[in-house]
Amino acid sequence: MSAFEAAAGRGDLNHVGYDRESRDRRYPADELVSKRIIVGYGFWIFLLSDIVMFSAFFATYAVLVGATAGGPSGRELFNLRNVGIETACLLLSSFTCGLASIGAWAHRGCWFYSAMAATCILGAAFLFIEVHEFVGMVARGAGPTRSAFLSAFFTLVGCHGLHVTAGLLWLLTMMAQVFAKGFRADILRRVLCFGLFWHTLDIIWVAIFTVVYLMGVGQ
Amino acid sequence: MLGKLTWAAIPFDQPIPLFAAAFVGVAIISILAWITLKGWLPYLWREWITSVDHKRIGIMYILLAMVMLLRGFSDAIMMRSQQALAFRSDGYLPPEHYDQIFSAHGTLMIFFVAMPFVIGLMNFVMPLQLGVRDVAFPTLNSVSLWLTATGALLVNISLVVGEFARTGWLPYPPLSEITYSPGVGVDYYLWSLQISGVGTLLTGVNFVTTILKIHAPGMTYMRMPIFCWTTLASNLLIVAAFPILTATLAMLLLDRYLGFHFFTNEAGGNVMMFMNLIWAWGHPEVYILILPAFGVFSEVISTFSGKPLFGYRSMVMATMAICILSFSVWLHHFFTMGAGADVNAIFGIASMIIAVPTGVKVFNWLFTMYGGRVVYSTPILWSIGFMVTFLIGGVTGVLLAVPPADFILHNSLFLVAHFHNVIIGGVLFGAFAGYTFWFPKAFGFRLHEGLGKASFWCWIIGFYVAFMPLYVLGLMGMTRRMQHYDVAAWRPWLLIAAGGAVIILAGIILQIAQLAVSIRRREELRDETGDPWNGRSLEWATPSPPPTFNFAVLPRVEGRDAYWAMKQRVRQQGRLSEEPAYTEIEMPRNSATGFICAFFATFMGFALIWHIWWLVALAALGAYATFVVFAWRDRVEYIIPADVVARIDRANRSARSDALIHVPGAP
Amino acid sequence: MKSFRSNWLWRSLSLGATALLGGCDAIVLDPQGPIGIADKTILIDSLAIMLAIVVPTIAATFAFAWWFRASNARATYLPEFAYSGRIELIVWAIPLLVIMLLGGVAWIGSHDLDPAKPLASDTPPLEIQGVSLDWKWLFIYPNQRIASVNQLVVPAGVPIHFSLTSASVMNAFFIPQLGSMIYTMNGMTTQLNLRANAPGTFLGLSSHYSGDGFSDMHFDVQAVPAEQFAAWIDTARNTGPTLDAGSYAALSRQSINTSPFTFRAADPALFQQIITQQLPPGPGPQAGRPNQNVSPRTEH
Repeated sequence: MSAFEAAAGRGDLNHVGYDRESRDRRYPADELVSKRIIVGYGFWIFLLSDIVMFSAFFATYAVLVGATAGGPSGRELFNLRNVGIETACLLLSSFTCGLASIGAWAHRGCWFYSAMAATCILGAAFLFIEVHEFVGMVARGAGPTRSAFLSAFFTLVGCHGLHVTAGLLWLLTMMAQVFAKGFRADILRRVLCFGLFWHTLDIIWVAIFTVVYLMGVGQ
Repeated sequence: MLGKLTWAAIPFDQPIPLFAAAFVGVAIISILAWITLKGWLPYLWREWITSVDHKRIGIMYILLAMVMLLRGFSDAIMMRSQQALAFRSDGYLPPEHYDQIFSAHGTLMIFFVAMPFVIGLMNFVMPLQLGVRDVAFPTLNSVSLWLTATGALLVNISLVVGEFARTGWLPYPPLSEITYSPGVGVDYYLWSLQISGVGTLLTGVNFVTTILKIHAPGMTYMRMPIFCWTTLASNLLIVAAFPILTATLAMLLLDRYLGFHFFTNEAGGNVMMFMNLIWAWGHPEVYILILPAFGVFSEVISTFSGKPLFGYRSMVMATMAICILSFSVWLHHFFTMGAGADVNAIFGIASMIIAVPTGVKVFNWLFTMYGGRVVYSTPILWSIGFMVTFLIGGVTGVLLAVPPADFILHNSLFLVAHFHNVIIGGVLFGAFAGYTFWFPKAFGFRLHEGLGKASFWCWIIGFYVAFMPLYVLGLMGMTRRMQHYDVAAWRPWLLIAAGGAVIILAGIILQIAQLAVSIRRREELRDETGDPWNGRSLEWATPSPPPTFNFAVLPRVEGRDAYWAMKQRVRQQGRLSEEPAYTEIEMPRNSATGFICAFFATFMGFALIWHIWWLVALAALGAYATFVVFAWRDRVEYIIPADVVARIDRANRSARSDALIHVPGAP
Repeated sequence: MKSFRSNWLWRSLSLGATALLGGCDAIVLDPQGPIGIADKTILIDSLAIMLAIVVPTIAATFAFAWWFRASNARATYLPEFAYSGRIELIVWAIPLLVIMLLGGVAWIGSHDLDPAKPLASDTPPLEIQGVSLDWKWLFIYPNQRIASVNQLVVPAGVPIHFSLTSASVMNAFFIPQLGSMIYTMNGMTTQLNLRANAPGTFLGLSSHYSGDGFSDMHFDVQAVPAEQFAAWIDTARNTGPTLDAGSYAALSRQSINTSPFTFRAADPALFQQIITQQLPPGPGPQAGRPNQNVSPRTEH
């Protein structure tokens, strides 16, 4: 290739060579593992660390669940119907996120964009209901500063909500990236990571739903 | 407009911090001016600050650690001198200042000396030992470095603007809550650690992925050098433990900033929860520090004994056992909180169990030396010093793990002596051994041996003189963190301890001298072959310093001690292996992402501490923008053409063939 | 494992060392009460067990490093000696056995010496309620209805049952020569049982850092004969202010280096009110440079 030969004459090591878009190609025989596996694996490790962080919040919640300081407890505060709607939104959004991933791998723009948009709407609906719940609780004097139980509740559920918010921001950024650069290999790797992230948030929600809401109301 | 920040935050009325800040300020400005005037700024930006090369990042981590060691050690000298003077007197440090000094000492030493030092060593060495070109996520590596530097910067800014935490190196509530620490000190601590904690967690993710997924062909897990195993264990611990720290500090921040009640006295807060959470992180943290040091010693002892490491398999098992068991012992840090006999006993026994794999490691090092030809180089001196010192520290540790013994020694200077015993004797000696051992690989010339040995002797003698009296003081009932005292019997021992600190100071000065002299005499000390110590693992197969791509062609590995096997084969056959077919190499581009991200993180941290909310929003936006710009890159890698690779490798091969084949009587 | 004779050797060496240190005011090794004596025995025994392994290991480190030095031509060079099943068995077994022994010591000792466990005695224990404040100690004698600050007078030979709490931040109550320490935390009670065998004066302190005035949180512990104790109670009943909610609130404000004094009448319900936070936790710093929200100060 002429560009290669042209570059070969230059001296300084870090600035020799020509630029090339990185593609997800099979590395030469002396490399072992594809970038996709490395990126996916690394992101999994990160997700595991995130789950550990949530575990710390879960443990704190479990210890402080009885520390209501004379204020309201979960039974008086939780509205299981809203929680059910939130759960449906999030689980459905996981499904649409899966559709978006498939659309991305198949390089099908319309599938990808519509599925991502659906995921975004469902995620936003989840957030809307959650924020509404929080605002309502604060208005009733059951805000996070009322008692240790409420601090733990708002932090655990709120941390999940913050992750969902960050996820939506990431979702929109991914849609913008695909729009600007197409289904390039590195963009697809990021879509993979986004999918893992979104599904993990779903798993954590299942735990929250069980430990916080179901067990809280069932006491 | 500027939140809580006013001119009054600068300690114009306190001479000591003011002078220290002025001194440091002048030093930084002079160095920056010198660099700029010499025209090195573009080079530094291009080759170091924006570098994503694991070798350069590793070196910068270690540089950070060494600079912070000077600051942390100055705190130590101040503490020792204050306690030597403050018998029935106030000394020269009022309590509000003394309390900041011991808090800063611990925080700096653990988070900004020990952690960066071991992470720097792991960063530099591990990819070379695995026979690969870089870590899994090079740009993330740079982000981690600069976020750690941000944390260090924030702690140091607290010297000049505001105050630092006065709660000790772990901010136990309710003392660290807003009621009892309304100042900015605890906020400096919390934000600095949250920011650098992100960096450390990303390092953990990066290194675990690298070790588990990226090896040279033929390097199975059981053929990895033992240093890579300890790196793996340490980083698994980082991934599993640091999120707990993030969560716990976040809860304390929520208490302080938004009036939550996790750990407050009122409204149901539970201070015992903090103790459990923070030590669930805290105990794995000390294993994060010591495991790489163990790895260094394994490499050093086997290299300088001329033998493979004894009991490789059981070393691996012991390492992973320590990794897992480190999560089962955290309660031994608060036996005296009153958890009851059953709980105390179980955790005491668990703490003793973890001494078993550690003991196995010590015996394996012993038997590595057995039947060897031990060369008394500086790294071996550090290793032997470590074995003796760490054993003593381990004894006192297991002693403290027996709850009734802890009931009379907890929080005393006996405890302080114990953990300095294991951290200095273990982590710091390991860091210094690794520094000396791999310095020629990093820079192409060795460190001056005589000054190295002299500094070792000062350090080890100084350590014993400084810390053995603390064991005695603990047995005399003296508790830790006292700003003054009036028990006459304690005084002589504190004077001796202060003397020990001065001897250590001599050791540090000798190390600085060693570096200066070695740089000046670098041609004499030049490492021509890339293998100054007759090494056993793959990093010694590269030139010193290695080219950016490490290996021209990834080596084929057929067993443990891969490079040693290659050398044996070359010596037997009397020639090098055939020249490989050189191909072009793709390397990641340098990136300013890490540095710019940290720039915004610094402002965000500072703004959060001082409640300057508009600046928080702006800095957060800047950080997000940096991230998006990074994600929008099209040109991520660059190519090194095959002929350049060939030229570099041929030079390496001829230097090696001279050393291995044409030298008569090679062993 | 080591023979009985050499165990005895290590034990007496350790005891000798501690006797030497005892002469140097190593008060932890010179206990004057049954808890302290038992704690110390466990300390010495555990040390002896471990020294039996560690001292030979340290000696072997020096010996191997010396004998197998590169310049020693007489040492055998075994460049392939990297594994031995027998050695592996021993190096895993020795620490394991030592730990099993020590584990037994830890289990039994933790149960026998649990701070909340009452002392075996014919005499009923003296009840004392201790409160750590910023930065002093308050001791309430609920049955005698008096209280003292930074001073603890107890009858010798009588078991004492401490109920402890904190007015503000975490502290730890510690009398080194009488035995175990225990944390004090607001809103909670911790229990400690101690006894002084004979009359004497002992050092008492807080062994958990609690802020700027922490270094002054020490108090004299005077163990006195029973009559002297009764006399002290009588004197205290006739001097000093009353301890009630008001004087408690004044006491809980931050102050450094409080001289010892007594209260003539202590409200017996006070301790319960502190624990249930009916009496709120102590306030934090009220002054600072430039203000307490930047850098708090306590004037002293």
